Amino acid sequence: MTARERIAANVANYVDERTGAAKWLKKNLNKVFPDHWSFMLGEVALYSFIILLLSGTFLTFWFDPSMREVEYEGSYLPLKDVKMSAAYASTLHISFDVRGGLLMRQIHHWAALIFMAAIVVHLLRVFFTGAFRKPREFNWIIGVGLLTLGIVEGFLGYSLPDDLLSGTGIRIAEAIIQAIPVVGTYLAFFVFGGPFPGEVFIPRIYIVHVLLLPGIFLALITVHLMLVWYQKHTQYPGPGRTEKNVVGYRLMPVYMAKAGGFFFIVFGITAFLGAVASINPIWLYGPYTPGQISAGSQPDWYMGWLDGLVRMAPPIETHAFGYTISWNILIPGLIIPGIIFTAMALYPFIESWMTGDKKEHHLLERPRNNPNRTAIGAMSLTFMLVSLINGGNDLIATHFHLSINQIMWGTRIGILLLPPLAFVITKRICLSLQRADRESVLHGKETGRLMMLPHGEFVEVHEPLTAEQKWTLTQHEQQGPLQIEAEDARGVRNPKSIRAKLQNRMSKAATETIAKPTAEQVKELESGHH
Amino acid sequence: MSDEKSLAPLSDPGLPAHKYRKSDIDQKAAKRAEQQVAILFLLSAIGTLLVVYSYIFIPVDSFIFLPIMGEQNAHQLFLGLGLAMALFFIGAGAVHWAKTLMPDHEEIDERKPMRSKDEDRDAFVETVRERAADSGIARRPLIKRSLALALGLVGVSPILLLRDLGPLPKDSLEKTSWATGTYLVTDPGDRKIKASDLEVGAVAQVLPELAPGKKRKLEDIGKDAVLLIRLRPEEFQLDAERLSWTHQGIIAFSKICSHMGCAVALYEQGTKHLLCPCHQSTFDVTRAAKVIFGPAARPLPQLAITVDNEGYLIAKQPFTEAVGPSFWERSS
Repeated sequence: MTARERIAANVANYVDERTGAAKWLKKNLNKVFPDHWSFMLGEVALYSFIILLLSGTFLTFWFDPSMREVEYEGSYLPLKDVKMSAAYASTLHISFDVRGGLLMRQIHHWAALIFMAAIVVHLLRVFFTGAFRKPREFNWIIGVGLLTLGIVEGFLGYSLPDDLLSGTGIRIAEAIIQAIPVVGTYLAFFVFGGPFPGEVFIPRIYIVHVLLLPGIFLALITVHLMLVWYQKHTQYPGPGRTEKNVVGYRLMPVYMAKAGGFFFIVFGITAFLGAVASINPIWLYGPYTPGQISAGSQPDWYMGWLDGLVRMAPPIETHAFGYTISWNILIPGLIIPGIIFTAMALYPFIESWMTGDKKEHHLLERPRNNPNRTAIGAMSLTFMLVSLINGGNDLIATHFHLSINQIMWGTRIGILLLPPLAFVITKRICLSLQRADRESVLHGKETGRLMMLPHGEFVEVHEPLTAEQKWTLTQHEQQGPLQIEAEDARGVRNPKSIRAKLQNRMSKAATETIAKPTAEQVKELESGHH
Repeated sequence: MSDEKSLAPLSDPGLPAHKYRKSDIDQKAAKRAEQQVAILFLLSAIGTLLVVYSYIFIPVDSFIFLPIMGEQNAHQLFLGLGLAMALFFIGAGAVHWAKTLMPDHEEIDERKPMRSKDEDRDAFVETVRERAADSGIARRPLIKRSLALALGLVGVSPILLLRDLGPLPKDSLEKTSWATGTYLVTDPGDRKIKASDLEVGAVAQVLPELAPGKKRKLEDIGKDAVLLIRLRPEEFQLDAERLSWTHQGIIAFSKICSHMGCAVALYEQGTKHLLCPCHQSTFDVTRAAKVIFGPAARPLPQLAITVDNEGYLIAKQPFTEAVGPSFWERSS
C-alpha cells in the first residue's frame, strides 16, 4: 500500500464509520445512465443555474438595492452629476469601475437567457418524447414550476438596475396587478408601498430575487434530480433496450468526466458570450423616470410572448356600477397565461385520461408514433411563436419596413388560425412518417439505384433494413382506442353516458396511428423476395 | 388477421456487437489521445494566465478596435476571453478524455417497477391505521375539530402582519397635482411657458409648477406628466367643450398611457398621432386623443389649459378623470 492509498483509506474509513456512506456510494458510483445528446439539455439548465448563483453572488458585493436619490460621480462621463437611484448608480459602478464587473454582469445576464432557453428546450424534449408519462408526472409538474419561477426570477433580475427600460417593465407589471378586479389596487399599493413607483420596490424585489426564489429553486431542483436518480433515467428505444432495463455508461468514471466537463464547457461558453457580446447596456438607457421612455422597449425573450399577447389584445374595457374591468389587460396578462400553465402542468393526466394508458413507461416515444401529442405540442409552439413575433412587432416593422398595424392584424388573425392549422398539418405529417417507417420495414430503403431485369423492366433496388433497424421502427406499442361502456350503480349499461362517449371519442383521436408491420407480414415478404 | 400470432411484433435482436475505438486497439492512437487531453488542459492554464495578466496590466479604460464588434473595452474583453479559455478547455479536456480513453462498453442495469410489493403496501396501511388509532384522533372529535380551527386560524397572523407593506389606495389614483391655475413648467428646466414658446407642430413635456421648497417625487411625475402639442386651431375636430380646453391650438394630454401607464412619447407630425412605444396604442391628437389602434381602451385624459394675465400657460381646472392605467375602482 502506498502512502497515498493509506491516507485515502484512512479518510474513507473515518467518513464511513460515521455515515455508512460506502454501501450507498458503491451502488451509486456504478449507476448506469443512458447516453443521448438531448439528455444534456436539462444539464445545461442546471449548470446555468450554478453559473447564475456564482456570478450573482459576485454582483451582490457591489450592488446597492436602494432607491435613495444620489448624484452620479463615477467614471462614465455622459451621466456625470445626473440624479439617479443608488441601485442604478451602483450598477454603473459595477459596469465601469469594478474590474471584471461588466464581464460578470454580462455573464449573469447571458446565463439567465441560456437558463431559460435550456429549460424550454428541455421541456420540449420531455414533452415530445413522452418522458412525462407515468411514473414521472411529479417531475413534470416540478419542471413546469421551475419554468414559471424562472420567468419571474428573470424579470425581477433585469428590473433591479432601475434603468429606464427596466422601470418601464415594472410599470407594466404594476398595471397588470392593478387590473385585477376588486383587490388589484390594494395589491399594487402593498407591493409598491404606495403609488407607483414609490421608494421600496427595488429593495423588495432584490430580496425576492437573491434569497427567496433561489432558495425555492434549489429545493425544487434537488427534488427534481433526486427523482431522476431514484426513478432512473428514461432511454430511447433500440435493440436491447426495454422497459425493464437501462443501457448506458456507469457514473464513475465516464459520467463524472462527461457531466463535470460539460459544466466547464457551458461556463466557458457563457464567459465567452459575456466577454464579446454586449447585453443590456443600461448606461445607454439612463435612470428611470415615469415620464420618459425609450423607443423599441423590449422585454427579455422569455417575456416576449406575454408582451406580444398584451399588444394584440382588443381594446375592451367594461365600466359598470362605478367599477372598471380591463379585459384588454386581464385576458392576455393573467387569464391566458393562467390557462396555458395550468394546462401544461396537467397535461400528463389529460393524456392518460384520453388514452386510458395507466402503465409505467421508461422507453421514450418517437414523436411520430404519438401524432396527437406531437400535434398538440406543435399547436402550442405555434401559439407562442405568433405571440412572440407580435412582442417584437415594432422592431420587425422598423427592420423590414412594414406597418405596425399590418403586423398586429396579421398576428391577431394568425393566433386564431395558425395553431389549429399546425395541429392538423403536424398530425398528417406524423402519420405519413409512420407510413414511411412501415414501408421501409416491409420493403427496405430506396437506394436510388436502378436495375434492368432480363426482360427489360427497370426496378429500383431496395435495400432491406438490418434486424436492429427493423426493431427500432417497430418496437413501440400501439394501443387502440378505448371502448368504455358506462355502467350505473347496478351494473346496467348506459349507452348514453356523455362521459364515456367523450372519453371514447377523445381516445380515438389520441390513439390514431398507422398499423405497424407485424412479424408475420415481414416474414411473408422476405420469403416472397427470395 | 386478428389472431394473436399474426399480430406478433418483430423480435428484439438485442444489443448490437460492440465497436472498438481506435484508441482501444492502437496503442499509438491512445497515446495521441492522451497528449490531446493534456494540450486541452494546458490551454486552460494559459487562459488563467491571461486572466491574471489582463486584471493587472490592462488598464480599465483602454479600448481596442475589432472588426465587426467595433470599439471594445480591452480590459474586460481579455479578462473574459481568458476566463472563457480557462473554463472551456477544462471541460473540453475532460470530455475528450472520457470519449477516447475511458471505457465505452455499454452496461445494463435492471429496473424495478416503482410500485411497492403488495405485502409492503398492506403492512404500510396497517401501520398507519394502528398509529392513527394510537393517537385517538378518530375517537376524540373535540380534539380534531379544535385543532382544525386552530390550524385554520393560525394562517391569519402572517397575512395580517403583511398589512403594513403599503398604505391603502384611498383616492390617490384619482388625483394629480394639477389644480386650477397651476402653471405649466418645462420638464426638464422647470420654466414657465408662454403660448408663443411653442411653434405650430411642436411638442413639449410639462409638469405642474412645484410649490417653493417642495421636491418632485417620481410617483408625482408618474401621474402629472403632460404632453403639449400645438396644431393649427382649424385642425381640431373637437366638441365645443373640449375645444375650449385648448389655447391657440395648444392641446394638453396626460402623457401616461391609459393602457398600462407607459410614457406616450412618440408623436408623428404628419398624421398627428401619438403612439405608445410599449404596446403601440395609437391616439389621434385632433380628436381628443381618441384610440384609433392598439389595446388601449380609453383616450388619454385631456387637461384644460388657458393663460394667466401675463400670458403664461396655466391649468384651467384639474383633470376631470383619473390618469394612467385602469383600476377596479375607476368610475368611468
